[in-house]
Amino acid sequence: MNVKIKAENLVKIYGNKTGKALDLFRQGLSRNDILKETGLTLGVAGVNFEIIEGEIFVIIGLSGSGKSTLLRCINGLLMPTAGSLVVDGKAVEKLDGRELRKLRGEKISMVFQHFALLPNRSIMDNVAFGLELRGIPTDERRKRAQKALVSVGLEGWQNSFPSELSGGMQQRVGLARALVTDSDIMLMDEPFGALDAIIRMDMQEELINLQARIKKTIVFVTHDLDEALRLGDRIAIMRDGVIEQIGTADEILSNPANEYVEKFLQGIDVSKILDASSISKWPREVMRETESVSVALHKMKVADTDYLFVLDPMKHLVGMILEEDLLLLANKKEKSIRSIIKEARAIKSDTVMRDVYPELRQAEKDLAVIDDEGHFLGVITQYTLLVTLEERKGGDGIAEH
Amino acid sequence: MLSIELPKFAIGETIEWLIRWLIYHLAAVFDLVSNALNYVTGLLSSGLTAVPSLLLIIIFGFLIWLITSKTTAILSAVGLGLVWNIGLWLQLISTLTLVVVAVIIALLIGIPLGILMTRSSKFETIMRPVLDFMQTMPPFVYLIPAVMLFGIGVVPGLFATIIFSVPPPVRLTYLGITQVSEEMKEMAIAFGASDWQVLSKIELPLALPSIMAGVNQCIMLGISMVVIASMIGAGGLGAEVMRSVSRLDLALGFESGLAIVILAMVLDRVGRSFASIKETPARKVICFFRARYNRAKNSKSQVLGITTANNEGGDT
Ligand SMILES: Nc1ncnc2c1ncn2[C@@H]1O[C@H](COP(=O)(O)OP(=O)(O)OP(=O)(O)O)[C@@H](O)[C@H]1O
Ligand SMILES: [Mg+2]
Repeated sequence: MNVKIKAENLVKIYGNKTGKALDLFRQGLSRNDILKETGLTLGVAGVNFEIIEGEIFVIIGLSGSGKSTLLRCINGLLMPTAGSLVVDGKAVEKLDGRELRKLRGEKISMVFQHFALLPNRSIMDNVAFGLELRGIPTDERRKRAQKALVSVGLEGWQNSFPSELSGGMQQRVGLARALVTDSDIMLMDEPFGALDAIIRMDMQEELINLQARIKKTIVFVTHDLDEALRLGDRIAIMRDGVIEQIGTADEILSNPANEYVEKFLQGIDVSKILDASSISKWPREVMRETESVSVALHKMKVADTDYLFVLDPMKHLVGMILEEDLLLLANKKEKSIRSIIKEARAIKSDTVMRDVYPELRQAEKDLAVIDDEGHFLGVITQYTLLVTLEERKGGDGIAEH
Repeated sequence: MLSIELPKFAIGETIEWLIRWLIYHLAAVFDLVSNALNYVTGLLSSGLTAVPSLLLIIIFGFLIWLITSKTTAILSAVGLGLVWNIGLWLQLISTLTLVVVAVIIALLIGIPLGILMTRSSKFETIMRPVLDFMQTMPPFVYLIPAVMLFGIGVVPGLFATIIFSVPPPVRLTYLGITQVSEEMKEMAIAFGASDWQVLSKIELPLALPSIMAGVNQCIMLGISMVVIASMIGAGGLGAEVMRSVSRLDLALGFESGLAIVILAMVLDRVGRSFASIKETPARKVICFFRARYNRAKNSKSQVLGITTANNEGGDT
């Protein structure tokens, strides 16, 4: 286990003359008192953490808790007022301008909440931006950008412009731009915060899949607890510039370090932890009504399953198809799957855990999870439910709620 | 009756003294500048007059077509032809030369000044009143120091024109750059951009529409000033206007005035096309070649195993 990023007593105070504010901080004054005395904001108030190579480290906290400030210290966009931030054994605050640019260009990349795509550049040139800054020849950077676009599922869009893409697609471009530089570390500041719920779920899923391949060290800022629990190998909870607790989702859920964390976990959105959507997973494959029998068979083989959910283009759940029916159709040389679409058993995303279990027992196959408008959000299998219940038994018996 | 004599502040005298001081101590510099400008304008106007007038009109028409549209190009060519027909072609060329040289110099000064203003708030606070001053001072006033510094002729005309037309590019460059969002700049820095790269790859390209609006305004102020500058011997169409006024020659006055209007309209259309470079023929020509280039490229990269086929795109 390699420590990739390490913060030691990291303090960041915004402003020019921070000496007095720093003294006050060391004397133990609160953030508010320091603001009153000096007019300066304490962004990060002495934090320590280690981020392990290859993990997704999520920083979560309410607005203004200092998440972005902390994140920006990692690539030196902000310089710590005191303490140290070490990346790969080197203190970022001690680097000179050239070394810092090299660090940002080659080792750390970043994804932004509002995408920050350049409207005057094609998708290709946006993705290749980091390489262009480093003076890499056009041919090579186009080749690499093309590869990055393929890896986020955007092949064919290279000549479009950002304004022609949907929000989700724009953030894929942002992701591709961060991937193309082959950095080891990726900083993501609420990257899915500007997307609507369904797209956000897709992107989370995609990030998990991507991470399985690229194994980067990812520092992910969010204020969505659901997102943090889904993505984070470890989660740091911040309040007023301080980290209240660091741990895996399980550790934090079962052993909140203090009252604030406990309140944080319940207070924001208890239902999110306990409801159906929190344990649903996007299936390996889904069908569209218009796709053919042979596509369906292929998808079943790929996903290693004997049924598939069918969605319409707006991602509403239409129903499901079973392998046995499909084989019959295939024998009859039919093309369309429409005739065999069956009703699928589905539950609302906010169904509490207690009600999920009986539903699941009645379902012919797995249970689909939909939102109020009937959008398909994912699937709950016997297996995932069991695992989840097992995992959380150590906690406070969530299943009994 | 009692009257109190208040001493008058010697503002005007001080300025005059300053100019005289400059002339006395920096005469060599002014001579050098003067010779250089004379040389450049002379070269440009003799180059333009060396081309047969009608051919030049056709060339202008073609260039205008490239950056604007067919109608504008034809109307411009007709207008210029009319000026040629009434025998003011040479005067038009010399006015055009003055405007072009003055505008280029004004832009070379104005755009960097605008950039500097975004980098230093101190400089910005100094420049603001200076720009106000430059824009509201009646333009005739500039003629006086121009003559004192450079004598009579083309160069003082240029000098006055440049001073008068420099504020818009400064202001609009400043405005354009300050409107670039922080997130874009932060993005560039996060990907390792140097200060220079932030300017050249983020700020200037994103501020381009605003800067181009500044270019257009600069051209318009330039042409209005060039006419005034003929009072101090800058020649061209303005000189014809002056002559017609002193002789009360209505025919000449109307014709030369009309020629100025035509030139101004042509330059305005050209300047506007800078401010909105969109579906101009030039753009189409560039796109055409770029597409061919890309196609050649793609067929090469397909050999390398990279597909660039258009598909539905990943929306799953
Ligand atoms: N450039 C700045 N100058 C002064 N104070 C700042 C600056 N940026 C942030 N702050 C302050 O620092 C504190 C932490 O801000 P930060 O942006 O890190 O919070 P955050 O956790 O990212 O919040 P959000 O979820 O809203 O993005 C806030 O009180 C904020 O007002
Ligand atoms: Mg933030």
